[in-house]
Amino acid sequence: MESRATISGNRGLMIEEPLIFEIGSDGRCGVDLPEPPAHKDRLGGMRRKATIGLPGLSEPQVVRHFTRLSQKNYAIDSGIYPLGSCTMKHNPRLNEKLARLPGLGGLHPLQPESTVQGALELIDTLARWIKILTGMPAVAMSPGAGAHGELCGTMTIRAALDARGDARKVVLVPDSAHGTNPATAAMCGYSVEPIPSNRRGRVDLAALKARLGGDVAAFMLTNPSTCGLFEDEILEQAAAVHAAGAFFYCDGANFNAIAGRVRPGDLGIDVMHLNLHKTFSTPHGGGGPGSGPVVLAESLAPFAPLPWVVHGPGGFGLVECAAGAASRSIGRLKSFHGQFGMFVRALAYMMSHGADGMRQASEDAVLAANYVRIALEDVMSAPYPGPCMHEMLFDERFLKDTGITTLDFAKAMIDEGIHPMTVYFPLVVHGAMLIEPTESESKASLDRFIDVMRALVERAKSGDAAWFHDAPRHAPRRRLDETRAARNPVLRWRPAGSTASAGQVPADKATA
Amino acid sequence: MRYLGLGDADRRAMLASIGVGSIDALYRDVPASAILKTPVDLPNHQGEMEVECAIAALAARTLPAGDVPCFLGAGAYRHHIPAAVDHLIQRGEFLTSYTPYQPEISQGTLQALFEFQTQVALITGMEIASASHYDGATACAEAVLMARRLTKRTGAVVSGALHPHYRDAIATNLRFLDARPVWLEPAPLADEDLAARIDATTACVVVQNPDVFGRLRDLAPLAEACHAKGALLVVAVTEAVSLGLVEPPGAMGADIVAAEGQSIGNGLSFGGPYLGLFATREKFVRQMPGRIAGETVDADGRRGWVLTLSAREQHIRREKATSNICTNSGLCALAFTIHLALLGETGFRRLAEINHATAVRLADRLARLPGVRVLNDTFFNEFAVRLPRPAAPVVEALARRGILGGVPGPRLFPDRPELADILLVAATETVSEADIETFATALAEAL
Repeated sequence: MESRATISGNRGLMIEEPLIFEIGSDGRCGVDLPEPPAHKDRLGGMRRKATIGLPGLSEPQVVRHFTRLSQKNYAIDSGIYPLGSCTMKHNPRLNEKLARLPGLGGLHPLQPESTVQGALELIDTLARWIKILTGMPAVAMSPGAGAHGELCGTMTIRAALDARGDARKVVLVPDSAHGTNPATAAMCGYSVEPIPSNRRGRVDLAALKARLGGDVAAFMLTNPSTCGLFEDEILEQAAAVHAAGAFFYCDGANFNAIAGRVRPGDLGIDVMHLNLHKTFSTPHGGGGPGSGPVVLAESLAPFAPLPWVVHGPGGFGLVECAAGAASRSIGRLKSFHGQFGMFVRALAYMMSHGADGMRQASEDAVLAANYVRIALEDVMSAPYPGPCMHEMLFDERFLKDTGITTLDFAKAMIDEGIHPMTVYFPLVVHGAMLIEPTESESKASLDRFIDVMRALVERAKSGDAAWFHDAPRHAPRRRLDETRAARNPVLRWRPAGSTASAGQVPADKATA
Repeated sequence: MRYLGLGDADRRAMLASIGVGSIDALYRDVPASAILKTPVDLPNHQGEMEVECAIAALAARTLPAGDVPCFLGAGAYRHHIPAAVDHLIQRGEFLTSYTPYQPEISQGTLQALFEFQTQVALITGMEIASASHYDGATACAEAVLMARRLTKRTGAVVSGALHPHYRDAIATNLRFLDARPVWLEPAPLADEDLAARIDATTACVVVQNPDVFGRLRDLAPLAEACHAKGALLVVAVTEAVSLGLVEPPGAMGADIVAAEGQSIGNGLSFGGPYLGLFATREKFVRQMPGRIAGETVDADGRRGWVLTLSAREQHIRREKATSNICTNSGLCALAFTIHLALLGETGFRRLAEINHATAVRLADRLARLPGVRVLNDTFFNEFAVRLPRPAAPVVEALARRGILGGVPGPRLFPDRPELADILLVAATETVSEADIETFATALAEAL
């Protein structure tokens, strides 16, 4: 422990906070509820027998607990968050306010359509904006996040191929792809084969062409790529994919670099998911909720998942049944009509920016990333030459012989009050550092970031490895033992003295 | 352009630093034919007030469930959410942080997830829980996929009284995999013999409790039958508040519980974002899909939390991962955790009791209406009634009078004409005696 340890373990504003289970007491309650009205129960003997074990806390205890927890989090509200491929841009508060309007946030999903016309129009409007921005004819709004959108898009491809009796078995994925891409392809019954990158960090077109054939269902590309580069041979890729009878899937996680300037529909793409929590700034909330609408070419649109929002003479309506025009739909992917609360926020973002602002935001994101690239590339090591798109990839060659890893470097950034960039992704370079400043940062903020990065590099190269190995020193916690967490998983609180495994039913031998 | 960090002078200076004359030079890798020559055909930027007015105008063209007597359920429930919940989840440190990839500066999110996992395990009566899924339906589909991996069997036997959206999510997820699911017919009072349908290909049986028609069942005999035949029991719960009063799935032998957590801490929001709860047995953890927070220590030996068991996940395992899930429902899980912390044991149980009592009073009142038959012998806060005429037009007529009078059978089962007269009605703590009277009176007139 630190030699200057305090009596309480607290350090000024950084206050140690136990679990709610350790501060609660029996019988306390933070909500005043009336006595239940008199009634004779209809539970048919299915009343809960055992106590649950939830702690009791007053409202002030709860508010203080979660306030203290919040203070242990870094956030885009507190500082630059250059987490590559994650697009941590500013989250406007107007969007929060609008999502909470009773006429939107207070709607039940199964109200009669006649009572939710404004909400259906909002979905339809957002869909129209998305179609115009992407230059694609159709969009499926219901997927719950980007990976769910990938699942949706890949399923529509599979359904379209099945409909033409074309039993293709393979999905091609670049070696730099997000892990969700191969995982998704596998969930649709496809085997996955990687396509290597070339020396310029792009998909090796010759390798792609060589592998394409009658057994390939789709090629899944991320563009701009996870190396922060625009795939400059994308038109040739599209032509080759289509010539082989396959579909061209684009992971749209990085659409924020080109929105308003380039339309994926003009690049030969057949299907692409968007991450509303990236490009369109719906807050990421410490891990969701996201929203992953999927734009579709005409050839895939009939297979879009339910529900569909449609507009007829009587107003807006929902197609919730795979019949009629929707008879070829892949079906429902989740309950109800998608992440509606995220739709409200995304539409507010898009309307606030407008056509000119979205284009400016894309350009500013690209400008900021290139500004950082130029300012750091003489001291760090870039595997591929620029210009980059909205994010800049470095590798760890500049740390060679220092005894310092990418992880050590990232942890030292934490002590400087900067959230580290994405590390060890993409997998195509050693010790990847993927920096995405976004359009939200001021020039002064970018300059401070650059100054700190250059100073850290200098310190690393000066041989002060211990500085990095010990980092972080000033975070709420020092380096956490992830190996221990995985080897001996403790995944929930249990009262002192209880056994680790308290299964109430004998182990099932068939499935152990 | 109030959200952009740069001004024109900054842009010029930065282009000069980079050594290019214009932004176009930075887009030089984009094929020239794909660069838009004219702006996309959308309006230009607008001020906060203009955007607020435009979206508020859409909101004005709805009938908010929060403002009127509301008896809708079927997987989404109107509950009162304490003010502290929304205040706390809007703290920027929670709202505007990413998935906790750097645990040393994400302890707030991670500790809250650890508390969430514990709460979910406790209320479902299971050993462990994940850090959330998109919603109950996707959690349920993932449960079936997990059962396939655990049993190395392919099929599933699915109750007809499972919420049709959950059923459809399972069907869509199994669509392109080798599986021959057995789907039972939906019927409000059917005594399904699910155990009889289990064979050597059955990975799991999927049931809902309370089921989509509101009925409660003792699942212990079914769990025994599943285990005797080498299958797992997956239990879906669409109303998490029921777990405060009803025997939890874990106590009846469930192997996986997939639940919708919206009822606790999360508003209706026209169907999303919601919150999938996923709980199972400890021995199954390495096949559990989704993020998990776990306890560990830091370099000074202090307790802390990290995302763990990532060897199951897509970013490590890629095509061999347990699921493709990445982003889940973090902030919804936080809202759930805060609301349930406020309720505690006493409040949660009482809230559930109030829901049940209110629904009992509603059932008794509706049963007195001529031609209306309450079908359920058991229920929690929702039940099915049979009307003497098709339910959908009745619901429309009630809506015109400002009453959201339940979910008509055809909304959930459009291809089941025999369920056209069925109306599902729910009553939570937000329903008053006066609401019940208003509803009963209007329903009598509408029939």
